[in-house]
Amino acid sequence: MKQKESLAVRLKKWPLLLPVVCLLLVMAVNIIHDAATGVNPFSFFMITVQHTTGNGNILYGRIIDILNRGSEAAILALGMTLVVSASAGTDISVGSVMSLSASMCCMLLAGFGVTSVSTDLKMPIFVGVLAGLAIGMLCGAFNGFLVAYLKIQPMVATLILYSAARAIGLLLCNNMIVYVRNDAYAFFGSFLGPIPTPIIITIICIVILSLVLKKTALEMYVQSVGINAKASRIAGLNSTVIIFLAYLLCGLFAGIAGIVSSSRITSADSNNIGLYMEMDAILAVALGGNSLGGGKFNLAGSVIGAYTIQAITTTLYALGVSTDQAPVFKAIIVILIVAIQAPPVKTWMKKRQSKRVEVKEAVA
Amino acid sequence: MNQKKAVRMNSNTILLLITIGLFIVMYAAGCIVYGSKGFSNTQTFMNILINNAGLICISCGMTCVMLTAGIDISVGSLVALDCMVLATGMQKGHGAIAMMLFVLVIGLLIGAFQGYCIGYLEIQPFIVTMAGMFFCRGMTAVVCREQVSITEDMNKLFYQMANLKFKLPFGGYYNKKGVYMAPYVRLGVIIALIVLVLVFLMLRYTRFGRSLYAIGGSEQSAAMMGLNVKKVKMQAYMLSSFLCSIGGICYCLNTMSGSVQQAQGLEMDAISSAVIGGTLLTGGVGNVIGTLFGVLINGTISSIVKTNGKLASSWPNILTAILLFLFIVIQSIFAIARSRKKA
Repeated sequence: MKQKESLAVRLKKWPLLLPVVCLLLVMAVNIIHDAATGVNPFSFFMITVQHTTGNGNILYGRIIDILNRGSEAAILALGMTLVVSASAGTDISVGSVMSLSASMCCMLLAGFGVTSVSTDLKMPIFVGVLAGLAIGMLCGAFNGFLVAYLKIQPMVATLILYSAARAIGLLLCNNMIVYVRNDAYAFFGSFLGPIPTPIIITIICIVILSLVLKKTALEMYVQSVGINAKASRIAGLNSTVIIFLAYLLCGLFAGIAGIVSSSRITSADSNNIGLYMEMDAILAVALGGNSLGGGKFNLAGSVIGAYTIQAITTTLYALGVSTDQAPVFKAIIVILIVAIQAPPVKTWMKKRQSKRVEVKEAVA
Repeated sequence: MNQKKAVRMNSNTILLLITIGLFIVMYAAGCIVYGSKGFSNTQTFMNILINNAGLICISCGMTCVMLTAGIDISVGSLVALDCMVLATGMQKGHGAIAMMLFVLVIGLLIGAFQGYCIGYLEIQPFIVTMAGMFFCRGMTAVVCREQVSITEDMNKLFYQMANLKFKLPFGGYYNKKGVYMAPYVRLGVIIALIVLVLVFLMLRYTRFGRSLYAIGGSEQSAAMMGLNVKKVKMQAYMLSSFLCSIGGICYCLNTMSGSVQQAQGLEMDAISSAVIGGTLLTGGVGNVIGTLFGVLINGTISSIVKTNGKLASSWPNILTAILLFLFIVIQSIFAIARSRKKA
């Protein structure tokens, strides 16, 4: 009896409880739906190898699809987690920055005013990609400067680039969609061997970031600044620089996500790349069990959160909900998840639980 | 205490004066540069009002919410939902008045739900209204996925309301044929100005209005003073969504259609108008007069870009962002100066 209780308690304290439960729920819905429609109930988990004309043998399956499509959200969620943790605010400009970095990259590759190139690129691809990442970091630095040095509320500070970055991207592309129909450029959004490249890029990002966080004690610094910026400054941490770094990294990850997203469609569609992605990224952080009030964070939770959102979206499409109607369900899920975490609800549940214990004791 | 209050009043008045001055300078510059293209007509100014009537209502609501240190990003989607409900309702032959009342009720309900989550469940405003934004945009698609236009045969009353012209007694001119052209405004402008005056009076003289400032200033002190913080917060969000629905009607009177893609990014226009107008996002400071000028500045920028005709359509966004940047920096400089003075 005692053993069981301790397991329940341990489970309750597990930081990944919420995201994992959500993911399991989504999977359960899929299994039930497949069983009800007469498909193999485990078709959700099936991964097969398919032969395509363009890419040779590739992995195919709903899980692979979710992992692939959820890459951008997962990459963004990494940076967003740091920002939320360090500054107790959100960076709402990431979607626009994605679009800007894609525009920058494609504009450089195609040349200003050219709408379509295939083989005769103006410069090597890595220069374009680096420029895209650089402009992402520049945006991050701008946000970080406003938040860390000028002490402006994160949401307001990032609101500036939220409306400007996409517009600047449009200017760079001369208000047109720039196509870079080049196999080497398409690589970032297609396949490396049998595995989709975005998945690999995401894994690399996660590994590098967690190594940096763990090896350099940056994780502890970010958390302590998030918990109490003043106290950590007195303790000898340069909290301004740490908040600045968080935004810088967030901008860099937005740049990476932008390149991946543009490579998928081999073009820079400034109006649509990264549209509403900031919402997905913030949602992923919240879903991952991280408090939006800053402080402790859990990178794994955010990543699982991002894939959970993608799983929800894919499931909704599988259930026959149209693209523009899906947000209704997303909204309901968000409200439910945050409501569970809300302090008044938590205290209410605790009260009920303690009452139950009292009753049990009284009976005994 | 007294001195501190005086300092605070001063910096806020300066911000408001900067905003008003900026508007006058921009408008005058527009008149001088594009005077030959008809920018200096009184009607150009009236057109700015006509095009932004909805935004004025929405920004008033946004100001009230921002005074409590909150934010409401669901407004753009709510406008889309309002327009869609109005359009499909009239397509099915319901009366204009009934549909408008229905839309206002939708606004109140959504506001009440958001307000409950923010006030009583203590969830962050940004997250709740983000969910509201998703919900409204999705519901718009659930109501109808096509674009629905409101025509004269569908609903005569609404059509007439949209085409009403209120001629002004001043500022007219004689056109080339010698006919007197009086400047006019539409019904939406009248509604927006009434809303503006009412909200101004409410913020200034009613218990509720003062409570908003008190909560934005310091939630804890407000609670200790005996204010029902949770209830006032909920009411603030209800007011915001209600005003947003009124704004949605004004918006619909302009566009005469409903579509899923409508009013995208309107929430950011409303927020930037309020911020440019001197409302602090940390709450407690701001008023709707500044917000009105914020809207007018936004309107002037897009009007100038439109009159120029050669500039890319993304310029208004960039210019608004630059202005937003300047104002935020000025605000933060004031805030830093204030805290230094205190210390």
